[in-house]
Amino acid sequence: MNQSMNLPNDRRLPLANTAVAYAAFLIGTLCGLLQVFIRNDALTLPGWLDYYQILTAHGLLLAIVFTTFFIFAFFQAGTSKALGQFGPRVILWNWIGFWITLLGTLLVVVMVVSGQASVLYTFYAPLQAHGLFYVGLALFVIGTWVQGFALIGHYVKWRRANKGQLSPLFAFMTVATIILWVIACLGVVATVLFQFIPWAFGWTDGINVELSRSLFWYFGHPLVYFWLLPAYMAWYVVVPKLIGGKVFSDSLARLSFVLFILFSIPVGFHHQLTEPGIASFWKFLQTVLTFMVIIPSLMTAFSLFATFETRGRQLGGKGLFGWITKLPWKDVRFTSILIAMLFFIPGGAGGIINASFQMNELVHNTLWVVGHFHITVGTPVAMTFFGLTFWFIPYLTGRQFTKNLQRLAFLQIFTWSIGMLLMSTAQHMLGLLGAPRRTAYTGYAHEDALAWFEGVLSNHVIMAVGGSILFLSALLLIYIVIQLWWFAPVSDQESKMTFPMAESDVSGTPALLENWKVWIGIAFVLIALAYTIPLSEIIQHAPPGSGRFQTW
Amino acid sequence: MHLHKYEKIWLAFGIISLIVFLSVVGVSAFHQGNTPSGGHMTIDPNKVRETAPFDQTGLHERSDGTYEMVIISQAFGYDAGDWKVPVGKEITFTLTSEDVTHSFSIVGTNVNMMAIPGQVNHKKHTFKEPGKYLIICNEYCGSGHHFMSAEIEVVES
Repeated sequence: MNQSMNLPNDRRLPLANTAVAYAAFLIGTLCGLLQVFIRNDALTLPGWLDYYQILTAHGLLLAIVFTTFFIFAFFQAGTSKALGQFGPRVILWNWIGFWITLLGTLLVVVMVVSGQASVLYTFYAPLQAHGLFYVGLALFVIGTWVQGFALIGHYVKWRRANKGQLSPLFAFMTVATIILWVIACLGVVATVLFQFIPWAFGWTDGINVELSRSLFWYFGHPLVYFWLLPAYMAWYVVVPKLIGGKVFSDSLARLSFVLFILFSIPVGFHHQLTEPGIASFWKFLQTVLTFMVIIPSLMTAFSLFATFETRGRQLGGKGLFGWITKLPWKDVRFTSILIAMLFFIPGGAGGIINASFQMNELVHNTLWVVGHFHITVGTPVAMTFFGLTFWFIPYLTGRQFTKNLQRLAFLQIFTWSIGMLLMSTAQHMLGLLGAPRRTAYTGYAHEDALAWFEGVLSNHVIMAVGGSILFLSALLLIYIVIQLWWFAPVSDQESKMTFPMAESDVSGTPALLENWKVWIGIAFVLIALAYTIPLSEIIQHAPPGSGRFQTW
Repeated sequence: MHLHKYEKIWLAFGIISLIVFLSVVGVSAFHQGNTPSGGHMTIDPNKVRETAPFDQTGLHERSDGTYEMVIISQAFGYDAGDWKVPVGKEITFTLTSEDVTHSFSIVGTNVNMMAIPGQVNHKKHTFKEPGKYLIICNEYCGSGHHFMSAEIEVVES
């Protein structure tokens, strides 16, 4: 502990964010474990705790708290490495942002735990949580903005000092992700500030439900890209260094991030395909825009595997597939992320199915969707973060990632993969059979519902088996984190962990790619095209507002 | 900006598939009428039972031989008359909610509708097989969400 007090601020800041991330991870995964048992009638909760409270906590702690805090830790450590040490103002504002984010998080958690906010992480009106729940959410967003703008400030200073130069790829990608996040949050900020808070505190009587849903999903979809882009940063910048290669193409990497800014926001209606109030034309237009993100996704897939093949051949790999055997499979930092990437192949394909307009009716709000996000954010993103953690914490604490811990890390990755494979396969198949999501109980008295316990894989019991393996894996990870933080031997000069950041050749990269005004401008034009008319229709034809309901 | 030859092929393949996919979805939606449930009518969520057509829930035959089933969802159940519909006839489900957000999903069919307070949702469906179908709410609506279900009987007319 003493040693960590002497760490420079550039290290303490990301460590603080990582600590919150893994505290949330531990509680969040425990909630997940409880859920699969309750659904199988194998566990009854005490009276003061209910399933939907746990479900709300599981979603919020893992999808929002764990991801966001870890992402900022990664950004802070990475930008100070890529652009040079933070000045005192950048550090101060990052700390202020961190504390605001943490305060918001704690407020939200207290409201959820005390049973006053069982509204799930999508907090659908007219379910009304305690007003402080929404205040907590607002603080959370403001805190992330403060941290984000502090990092942008550091970046602007670098650009001024290095006129005419493209910034390092890691910094570029950090800025792109923060821009995406800030634009995305505008929707949730608007609904929380202007709809939920006045309504929850009783200053207004009614809420326009469809408007609140539309503003939420304006945020809700780019949110998934806010999780995904930092994972892509690891794939584009960290992984090539781990295997001893270079970034495949600097310009394509930057272009794909720019395309994500453009096409991940004006697409929220694909979460609302089966609801009234939005004309089919606008739903379809946003479906088309949603599909555009396939292009940068395919570019990313190509770049990554091209990097692998190039490096594998340099190391003497022959034939069509010989290069695969030359990759550093024994390095868990690489293997974990590679498995994460493989999970994203079915994950991405499932996403295309979900967004496919009328096909959405088959899967909307079924367990299929739960299966989908466990093999997108739950594995490709989360396991990439695990893979980063293995070197990231030693890098920050100056300890060693010992051989024993590496073996445990392999076991952790392996169990997470198996657990997720079982659980998400069961969820996908059950969803196709019509099993609903977000239910405490699965015993509907009907033969169709009884079939949800009969399949070999399409079975609620398999889900629980998978969930249990996942929780064991989570505990293993927490053990590794604690070891790397406080107990592993302190590293010497030779065993010192560095931040792996691959070289990226900017000589062929057009400067236009780093002209943010252009890209932010186009992003807003697309948003205006996709949203102005349908949102003004929802506002103009607004029904009388809905009252406050607490049905939990 | 340099694009590798293989990357050009890969992206061309991807973009062409994208166009094909979207065309299939678009033609199916706008030419064949396979759009997901939707609607543009609003309703006062506090006066659902006084407002047509929700003042008379249940099945109604229309003059053209099709049917409309009017359903109110509420925590934690549905009000839709006696839950009997004829096989082989086009039925329009008309749905709203008198409290929070719910859904109306008939397992084994494409009927999967959101019930949004203040909005009226519609979906056309023709049952091909007689039998009893399970209806569930698959949108979280409160502590009794998992008890919110019903059964609809499709009978020979």
